[in-house]
Amino acid sequence: MTPSVAQPRSLDDAVEALRTAIDPTVLAGGTDLMVAINAGSRRPTSVVSLIRVPELQGWHRDGDEVVLGACLTYAEIERGELASLVPALAQAARTIGSPQIRNAATLGGNLGTASPAGDSLPVLAALDATVETIGPDGVRTLPVLEFVTGVKRTALRAQEIITAVRVPVLRGPQEFLKVGTRNAMVISVVMAALVIDLDGRSVRLGLGSVAPVPVRARDAEALAEGSVDWDTARIGDQTVFGRFGELAAESTAPIDDHRSTAAYRRHAVSVCARRALERALR
Amino acid sequence: MSLTGERVRGGLGESARRPDGGPKVAGSFVFSSDLTADGMVWGSILRAPYPHARIRSIDIGPALALPGVHAVLTAADVPGDSSYGLEHADQPVFADDTVRYIGEAVAAVAADHPDTARRAARAIVVDYEELEPLVEAEAAITAEPIHPDGNVFAHLTIRHGDTTASGDVVVEGDYEVGMQDQAFMGPESGLAIPDGDGGVDLHMSTQWLHVDRDQVANCLGLPHDKVRMSLAGVGGAFGAREDVSMQVHLCLLALHTNRPVKMVFSREESFLGHVHRHPARMHYRHHADKDGRLVKVEARIVLDGGAYASTSRPVLVNACCFAAGPYAVPNALVEGWAVRTNNPPCGAMRGFGAVQACFAHEAQMDKLAAALDLDPVELRLRNAMKTGDRLVTGQVVTGAAPVEELIRTCSGWPLPAEDPEPDPMTLPGGAGRTADGSRLRRGVGFAVGFKNLMYSAGFDDYSTARVRLEGGVATVTCAAAEVGQGFVTLAEQIVREVLGVDEVILAPPGTADIGSAGSTSASRQTWMSGGAVERAALAVRDRRDAGEREPIEETYEYHHPPTSPLDENGQGNAHVSYVFAAHRAVVDVDLDLGLVRVVEVATSQDVGRVLNPLQVIGQVEGGIAQGVGLAVMEEIVMDRGVVRNASFTDYLIPTALDMPDVAIAALVEEPEPGAPFGAKGVGEPPTISSSAAVAAAIRAATGLALTRIPVRPQDIALAHRDSTKLA
Ligand SMILES: Cc1cc2nc3c(=O)[nH]c(=O)nc-3n(C[C@H](O)[C@H](O)[C@H](O)COP(=O)(O)OP(=O)(O)OC[C@H]3O[C@@H](n4cnc5c(N)ncnc54)[C@H](O)[C@@H]3O)c2cc1C
Repeated sequence: MTPSVAQPRSLDDAVEALRTAIDPTVLAGGTDLMVAINAGSRRPTSVVSLIRVPELQGWHRDGDEVVLGACLTYAEIERGELASLVPALAQAARTIGSPQIRNAATLGGNLGTASPAGDSLPVLAALDATVETIGPDGVRTLPVLEFVTGVKRTALRAQEIITAVRVPVLRGPQEFLKVGTRNAMVISVVMAALVIDLDGRSVRLGLGSVAPVPVRARDAEALAEGSVDWDTARIGDQTVFGRFGELAAESTAPIDDHRSTAAYRRHAVSVCARRALERALR
Repeated sequence: MSLTGERVRGGLGESARRPDGGPKVAGSFVFSSDLTADGMVWGSILRAPYPHARIRSIDIGPALALPGVHAVLTAADVPGDSSYGLEHADQPVFADDTVRYIGEAVAAVAADHPDTARRAARAIVVDYEELEPLVEAEAAITAEPIHPDGNVFAHLTIRHGDTTASGDVVVEGDYEVGMQDQAFMGPESGLAIPDGDGGVDLHMSTQWLHVDRDQVANCLGLPHDKVRMSLAGVGGAFGAREDVSMQVHLCLLALHTNRPVKMVFSREESFLGHVHRHPARMHYRHHADKDGRLVKVEARIVLDGGAYASTSRPVLVNACCFAAGPYAVPNALVEGWAVRTNNPPCGAMRGFGAVQACFAHEAQMDKLAAALDLDPVELRLRNAMKTGDRLVTGQVVTGAAPVEELIRTCSGWPLPAEDPEPDPMTLPGGAGRTADGSRLRRGVGFAVGFKNLMYSAGFDDYSTARVRLEGGVATVTCAAAEVGQGFVTLAEQIVREVLGVDEVILAPPGTADIGSAGSTSASRQTWMSGGAVERAALAVRDRRDAGEREPIEETYEYHHPPTSPLDENGQGNAHVSYVFAAHRAVVDVDLDLGLVRVVEVATSQDVGRVLNPLQVIGQVEGGIAQGVGLAVMEEIVMDRGVVRNASFTDYLIPTALDMPDVAIAALVEEPEPGAPFGAKGVGEPPTISSSAAVAAAIRAATGLALTRIPVRPQDIALAHRDSTKLA
């Protein structure tokens, strides 16, 4: 059966379409959803497409933060002014799929899918991003680590959609590293996103593909924060970098699967975390 | 040699344009998946979810009850032979009482919509009793048979010279090759149209029309001429279309519904529905004298053939015949097994057994060089095979064997300079930004390989072609399957050259109008069908030159010189001709993450004569891409008989960022005696030793043994970590 497709032209219409549709499935860039439909693993009865909703497009600055529309594409994230405001997110965007995928795929879709290998998720975790939603119960705001609740599971309620993601603009270096078995167009085996907030004097490390949900490496962060000379933005003690990597690895719970092994993932986390910190603060 | 851009008349030796090149680039080429017919319905196959199971019962009622369903067929509906197979008909059209691999066909459905067909297939209720799968090839040799024909497809021993001889220096090793997939782009697809008279026309993308037809007719219980096959546009093959996939199912459905039936495999189904490259485990022992001259090679090769025979036997024969590599080896003892397991069936793939052996014998040559404190290239030069030498099968190599020249030109090619400020995208890890310059190591590896051209061991290999000249236009009829290799271009070039005409038309290949052209495999069509086209054209030319009036038509059946099977000691004149290549790989490796970037592969290849430079380069580059893939990423991951990565999301093949620069150091043109135009096939050699060269380069960069391909990041990173911990 062909599903009905609604193409609302405003956020109000979208909310209304979701309220009235039977068991609606939300469509953004379709780079996850259409793959699932073509493979026969998802068979929506009705579809609400968000791609023409103006309120969900683009991004804007809001004081110390930027507000990223749910339908913002990776192609829009990876270059231009936004890339300099949130460099780790741009670095992550450049690793996603191919140019064709990045032209269509959206940030909201990455969150909606909530795959452990979703490349934007550890960056959003490191940035302490908040996810804004709208639905029958009105508007909600959730920290990203509360939004993603499990493997491909989120805190979204029925008929609720993501409208935007709010991230801080921070002074300080940012790094994103992704390990995969091929040099492009590959699902992550391990990701590490490092964000340094020089003004807030914090070091934040988000890790991906190493647990059901993105994780923050709190012990590693505390070690680094305690070791930074905040005036020079440098870590002098050269033993810290390796220890940072080891603590990062300890905060993960990776698995063996057809893409890699738990032992390699844990090891790769330590290497990536260490390299990220070296690039940022050595 | 002329490359693209120049105006070419399109004779031999020029880069004539492919007749199907324009449509393929423009997207208008009709692939088998594009076919349609009036009143057409859609087929779908129900596949087994277990690698080993007994079928207690099948209830097709729920599927038949769905609106739009035209037919549901099981083993009971096969009127002729219940099984098919290229060499030995042991693969059931539908699993009857036993399922032997995951994805084995159990039933087929025809319905008015592909979605309905798939849903109907899922509605069939099969009661399975799961059985313990047999997944270890070594264990299969002695295990309880999982098929009435036993677990051993082939067992071969080659005893050459003095098998008790020993050398001053001995090196030994165990090697493993994972299961590679051909990973063509166009999934299996076809259209069967009943002729209303009990027969059927089948349009399929395949590699060998006549042998498909014979297998289909046998299963349908029809005389062979009641089944007519036509070649539909092929989206890549590489061996995976040599076996029958959906052919019998399509025709059964068409005859049952009396309607045209179309089927297109999904990507997952394609991975489950065709044969793969045999995984191999190999144990080797090389003996040499103090000067590095090979004294003896001992090898034991075990190939996992999966559930059904396919071409396991000839793949094993190849692996054993070429087990020692392109070297003069006075004594050898090679034992090979190809066995049945509950893994997916394995069969033909570019390189056909030589690839697996090459990985092992070249690793051994490097090990031997290290033991002798000799340069690996020098060791190879000292042992390089030349015309007049014998294979381990005792057969004398009578044709061109320019191994020394290949080694010299390839190893002498200048090394690529290290870029002081490389684009991070070109470092190991590429787009993922993982590389740390201080933790990268460069390595260089070298490998040489060879294999036979055409079919061997007593097979009556032939091709048939017809050339008709009328009104200054030549028409060629030949059933050779064009699978991308460029036979279509070459056939035109040959006829232009021989007849001096400008316009050459290729009739659509099919079984109705002409005899077999043999398979598009074993690097054989340039020689075999090229030979048939040449001879037919020459016969036409003679009659024209004698003043005969057009139309003039000639048909020629070209056979290669006869070969014989190997005797009980694995000795005999089993092959017609050989083709050689050398590869030198340069890699950068991230020691800590185990990520690899293949920087460059240089190659020299023995080609006999270049008939179309652009097509030769295309085969060299494409073959190297497949070789690089096997070296660092391409593997069907198996878990107790279950395929874990039946998709292009997880079966990784090289992207543009993984593909190295290819430097062609030399195309050695030593004409092959007896070959049409002196030309050798060029399709397989680029894949045979390129994987081995890349693996050698990674070993050189890391100092690790790395005895398995593909080399996975964890194989490097964890081993490197452990070795430095110990140090
Ligand atoms: C070839 C290929 C390569 C890929 N490579 C990568 C990669 O490298 N890294 C990576 O992380 N991903 C990758 N992906 C996956 C995919 O591109 C990303 O997850 C992308 O962010 C999904 O966005 P989309 O707009 O296409 O989502 P869609 O497919 O439209 O939707 C995805 C899911 O999110 C839901 N959804 C979408 N928008 C909203 C919203 N506003 N509110 C609520 N729910 C919503 C949908 O209902 C659906 O469940 C790849 C996909 C393909 C096909």
